[in-house]
Amino acid sequence: MPQTNSSEGLLPGLSDPVLDQQSVFRAVLYAVSHPGSIVALPVRLTPPAPLDPSTAAVALTLADYETPLWLDAAAQSSRVSGYFRFHCGCPLTARPEEAAFAVVADASAMPPLGLFHTGSDEYPDRSTTLIIQLPSLDNGEAWTLRGPGIEKSTVFAPAGLPGDFRTWIADNRVLFPRGVDLIFTCGASLAALPRSTRLED
Amino acid sequence: MYVAVKGGEKAIDSAHRLMAEDRRGDRNVPELSLAQVSEQLGLAVERVMTEGSIHDRELAALAIKQAQGDLVEAVFLLRAYRTTLPRFGHTLPVDTAAMAIRRRISATFKDLPGGQVLGPTYDYTHRLLDFSLAEDGEPEEAPPAERPVDAAMPRVTDVLGREGLIERNPESDDEPRDLTRQPLTFPADRTLRLQNLARADEGFLLSLAYSTQRGYGHTHPFAGEIRMGEVSVELVPEELGFAIEIADVTLTECQMINQFKGSKEKPAQFTRGYGLAFGRSERKAMAMALVDRSLRAEELGEDLTSPAQDQEFVMSHSDNVEASGFVQHLKLPHYVDFQSELELVRRLRAQGPGKEAAE
Amino acid sequence: MNTSQGYNFAYLDEQTKRMIRRAILKAVAIPGYQVPFGSREMPLPYGWGTGGIQVTAGIIGPDDILKVIDQGADDTTNAVSIRRFFARTAGIRTTSRTEEATIIQTRHRIPETPLSAGQTIVYQVPTPEPLRWLEPRETETRKMHALADYGIMHVKLYEDIARFGRISTTYDYPVLVDDRYLMRPSPIPKFDNPKMHRNPALQLFGAGREKRIYAVPPWTSVRSLDFEDHPFEVQKWSQACALCGSTESFLDEVVTDDKGGRMFVCSDTDYCQRRRDAKEAAE
Repeated sequence: MPQTNSSEGLLPGLSDPVLDQQSVFRAVLYAVSHPGSIVALPVRLTPPAPLDPSTAAVALTLADYETPLWLDAAAQSSRVSGYFRFHCGCPLTARPEEAAFAVVADASAMPPLGLFHTGSDEYPDRSTTLIIQLPSLDNGEAWTLRGPGIEKSTVFAPAGLPGDFRTWIADNRVLFPRGVDLIFTCGASLAALPRSTRLED
Repeated sequence: MYVAVKGGEKAIDSAHRLMAEDRRGDRNVPELSLAQVSEQLGLAVERVMTEGSIHDRELAALAIKQAQGDLVEAVFLLRAYRTTLPRFGHTLPVDTAAMAIRRRISATFKDLPGGQVLGPTYDYTHRLLDFSLAEDGEPEEAPPAERPVDAAMPRVTDVLGREGLIERNPESDDEPRDLTRQPLTFPADRTLRLQNLARADEGFLLSLAYSTQRGYGHTHPFAGEIRMGEVSVELVPEELGFAIEIADVTLTECQMINQFKGSKEKPAQFTRGYGLAFGRSERKAMAMALVDRSLRAEELGEDLTSPAQDQEFVMSHSDNVEASGFVQHLKLPHYVDFQSELELVRRLRAQGPGKEAAE
Repeated sequence: MNTSQGYNFAYLDEQTKRMIRRAILKAVAIPGYQVPFGSREMPLPYGWGTGGIQVTAGIIGPDDILKVIDQGADDTTNAVSIRRFFARTAGIRTTSRTEEATIIQTRHRIPETPLSAGQTIVYQVPTPEPLRWLEPRETETRKMHALADYGIMHVKLYEDIARFGRISTTYDYPVLVDDRYLMRPSPIPKFDNPKMHRNPALQLFGAGREKRIYAVPPWTSVRSLDFEDHPFEVQKWSQACALCGSTESFLDEVVTDDKGGRMFVCSDTDYCQRRRDAKEAAE
């Protein structure tokens, strides 16, 4: 498998795997527990293009040999796949419905959420978590969010998503407790939209 | 004046020191060595390795010594250590047909290729206390065998299998699942059930197996073969791509031949129950084979009527580390919950029928 | 980072932590749903907090301050033992002060001092399935959760009322999370149930022996089951705490002699001590 054939070679992962993964996980946990809140990435990382640091850090923190990873076309370079294969040891899958994690580097061209694994009624946890990289987490269309993790309501304004994305989220919410969970990344920031969050019209 | 109870930390330290002293016992008696435990309490070591899911005689001996011979506690010590070990991969299936036989008996054929090999066994000993062991007497040396055991020792089930008289074991190259890494969900396939049974408490399995013999899910078993001896363990390292031998281990395997099945379409065939354990754990392997077979009731279209056929019941309660922890957790403080119940019972009594009668 | 004993930071290996972390994230995303996880054998017995310990080990970092309570008290033996486990394997700071802690691991109580946003409370759970005493089979209860079919629990509570004139469940009182999943709050007294509702802290639940993790995100609705004509109510005491005088806390009963002598003291030792300190300072 071509892993390190690029001129730049294999880029390093998290510098302190134990403590960096712990701090990145806590950032993700905070984000998932507070949907729509923008959280700063607590570590520095230089991943291969086109990945942003937070996109790579979240995947390196959560994926391993037990979790098939799906990469979108934009992330499918051998440098990116080699990077994840080496640092996470995770199998790559071409089938979104098999993925435990999906990395979307070009959100505008992403497939509908319904193509990913949505779990079953009895085991809704066996669903895909998507890591979606965006150009901005706060200057897109403003959404009003309600639900668990939100005191009253909160505004979240991700940019760069496909036009139908709101419908996809509504469809995902209808499936509850089945459904996918979303982590949005941009530069060194991240935010989350778990399936329990409701979007106000 | 009442003062809230404090000093838990000091109490714990003191309790541990007392326990260490208890464990040592009379210091005039020489300390037990791990070699002594391993050599002279070998069946205990092998049970602890089997239920502890780790093949290491020295560690098992240490656990037994540390646990003062409490084998369930020793299993727990070994399991807790096992959790911290890194995993490099899984071995190839061991080939018990190629076992270097020390004991091999069949209850289904009077003679067969390789013959019956009695080997070291308590069977046919009269259970009379041997007072010579209370002295330091050495036993007589066992006479060497008149001839070595046959090199070829085909498994009884293979002999029957060649005639199609017993069901075939399904072959699979699938990566084995591991219930110590992934949560168990039901229904569980047979490989996971066998893993659970191999780790299961011997006493629990023994009683369940016994219950099937007394009619709670009878399986018409014959001890097709029990064999004990050494097999080699092989691993295929990814970087090499071919198998290398990493160890020889002693195993006991029991293959039960059970109730035959057949129909208008399919000719009659015996079914299998399988047991495998580290060392010379024959009772465990036999009980396991009986329970394995009874847990196949659903797959074989039998009525589910008995505890030993109920995989959720058996698998959820077979592990003595789980069971021991939860039964014994009742000695932890439950002041708060009890206070809640006390308050309710007093309130119910204050307004209940007893109160009216008293008035 | 390794501790002096040669074990990994917070004892668990990294692969195990990742598996636990993934389960925690799914648990938070599906409030009240029990996520199966590959619970490991810990160096403490099952039933003694192995689930809570694994959850804490999965989230804890060097900047955290840990509080561990059992029955509301910081110095009960099992709380001491678990606190020492983390002090030893993670080298983190510990505290008995509720508001100072970033992570509070608990068995059977929620502190009296209100929790705040950013804190995480980790409950040790013996039996995660709220329907277990009514239906012992996991295959059946899982179906009931899938269909949100909680009829048998309502029937059970109703039978209580018919028999005793009230619901006779006093602890581990079932709750409905975010109006969807029936959840077992772990054996906290029902006195503590209202504290779970719309709590600003993240609430995580770990059941090691039963291999389940579940969660209640901050600000989430947690409703104790009841009936219109028999609304949920909590325990009340006619006495005040004999040490700090509180009339609002959960009280432990202490037997002082064998002639019926009793006294009542706060189960939350930190809360009680702080109130006594404040009284002393004021005098």
